[in-house]
Amino acid sequence: MTFDRTRLGFIALVAAGLVAPYLIYPVFLMKGLCFALFACAFNLLLGYTGLLSFGHAAFFGSAAYLSGHVIKELGVPPEVGILIGTLLGLGLGLIFGSLAIRRQGIYFAMITLALAQMVFFLCLQIKETGGEDGLQGIPRGRLFGAIDLSDTLTMYYFVLAVFLIGFFFIYRVVHSPFGQVLKAIRENEPRAISLGYDTDRFKLIAFVLSAGLSGLAGATKALVFQLASLTDVHWQMSGEVVLMALVGGVGTIYGPLAGAFIIVTMQNYLSGFGSWVTIIMGCVFVACVLLFRKGVVGELSGLLTRR
Amino acid sequence: MNMEYILETRGLVKEFKGFTAVAGVDLKVRRGSIHALIGPNGAGKTTVFNLLTKFLEPTRGAIVYRGQDITWRRPAQVARMGLVRSFQISAVFPHLSVRDNVRVALQRASGKSFHFWRSERSLDGLNDRVMALLDEVDLRSFADVVTVELPYGRKRALELATTLAVDPELLLLDEPTSGMGHEDVGRVTELIRRVAQQRTVLMVEHNLSLVANLSDRITVLQHGSVLAEGSYAEISSNPQVMEAYMGNAA
Repeated sequence: MTFDRTRLGFIALVAAGLVAPYLIYPVFLMKGLCFALFACAFNLLLGYTGLLSFGHAAFFGSAAYLSGHVIKELGVPPEVGILIGTLLGLGLGLIFGSLAIRRQGIYFAMITLALAQMVFFLCLQIKETGGEDGLQGIPRGRLFGAIDLSDTLTMYYFVLAVFLIGFFFIYRVVHSPFGQVLKAIRENEPRAISLGYDTDRFKLIAFVLSAGLSGLAGATKALVFQLASLTDVHWQMSGEVVLMALVGGVGTIYGPLAGAFIIVTMQNYLSGFGSWVTIIMGCVFVACVLLFRKGVVGELSGLLTRR
Repeated sequence: MNMEYILETRGLVKEFKGFTAVAGVDLKVRRGSIHALIGPNGAGKTTVFNLLTKFLEPTRGAIVYRGQDITWRRPAQVARMGLVRSFQISAVFPHLSVRDNVRVALQRASGKSFHFWRSERSLDGLNDRVMALLDEVDLRSFADVVTVELPYGRKRALELATTLAVDPELLLLDEPTSGMGHEDVGRVTELIRRVAQQRTVLMVEHNLSLVANLSDRITVLQHGSVLAEGSYAEISSNPQVMEAYMGNAA
């Protein structure tokens, strides 16, 4: 029964993704999907492993820069550019993870934050990133040399495909033998150790996977907006992804997706209020934490299963 | 290699910033026995326990398990060698189902634990073993319950089933009946007795009637060192023990 419900959810998700651009502005949807993938990747760590990283912008942003750079300056096709961005995310994740994974709780968060700040300053200083201006005018190019991505609707379906691949990959990881161990570590790490699991290795692999997927999200975002900027590597971006996961529901499959769209919607529709947006978002966040402690999706599924 | 003793410590010392919690403990645990570690509060029982399972590193001394020096091994390593511990507060995975609690322990031996690309249905082959283990502790009917909803005594039983799933040779039980009601104590006592038929058990326990009931041999700790060792009859008639332990307890 739960299996059927899962399958039904997936079909609904894919169907919604396919018809959405006919109802909603596609660029907005693409932005939402990129951040949703980012938030889902982050949730793999926070929700399913119990690790709070405060440096995920480093993977997202540096992947955006690198894929933008290789596409714009070296003329590689978009799929290769995105792949390179993803690989950078994986590699950086391995470095960050190796340094931070032995630390617990707030110390883990602080180390990831400190490392991410170093990446930020690197991006600010080196010439290739364009400093304050960012990397602009990244050409979308032709996918596999055949499909022209400059068309918005085509680009949308490409982004949807990237998102769905990432999303189903995360679902698979969460519901794999490996995912079972991750959940055990989240629930009670000393116990997992006493059963013979080298928990640091499991946490490191989860961290690297999460970083790689964040890189995938960042690289895709760079292609959508044809822009990579300091905003993408700034620590505020690391904070935003925490917010998305929390508002939507940590440790649920759909939560970060919902959270990302809620935050992106707020940023878009409240932009008329100027700098008040952050204050309004802060209030919404406080309200969410007080009213829906498990996030929007967490509370909803709680209501459904209680029946 | 001495086959008679499965576990030995030699001059085990643990110092915490000027405070000596364990001051030169020599312990020998006979293979196949139930060995109890008792002593007043603060005697260093739990510290010894954490040293044996590598959750703490000793300041000095050696720990020998099955003839191998394990003093500097990592905790997960000694667990894979069959030296498996329980915890004072029940150590379950609260938001996993009862079934998944046991299965996650069983799956380690399957070698699939790093397979993040496979469906968890690849673990379905373990389900029969899971149910058999749950049967052993009378939890079969609770298999689909989320563990956090189990009553306390049942959680301890689940913890034991999970521990058995990794097929330990030496079981270290940290106060297996702490916080339990009367009925549960009886059930757990029987469980420990059953489990100990094929393995060695070393336990820290406050409940003296349980210790008297179960253990073949008892070591009494006081101020971080061994005060006495022997059978329950020997221990209970030892004047030093009476003064240090029973005197305190009364």
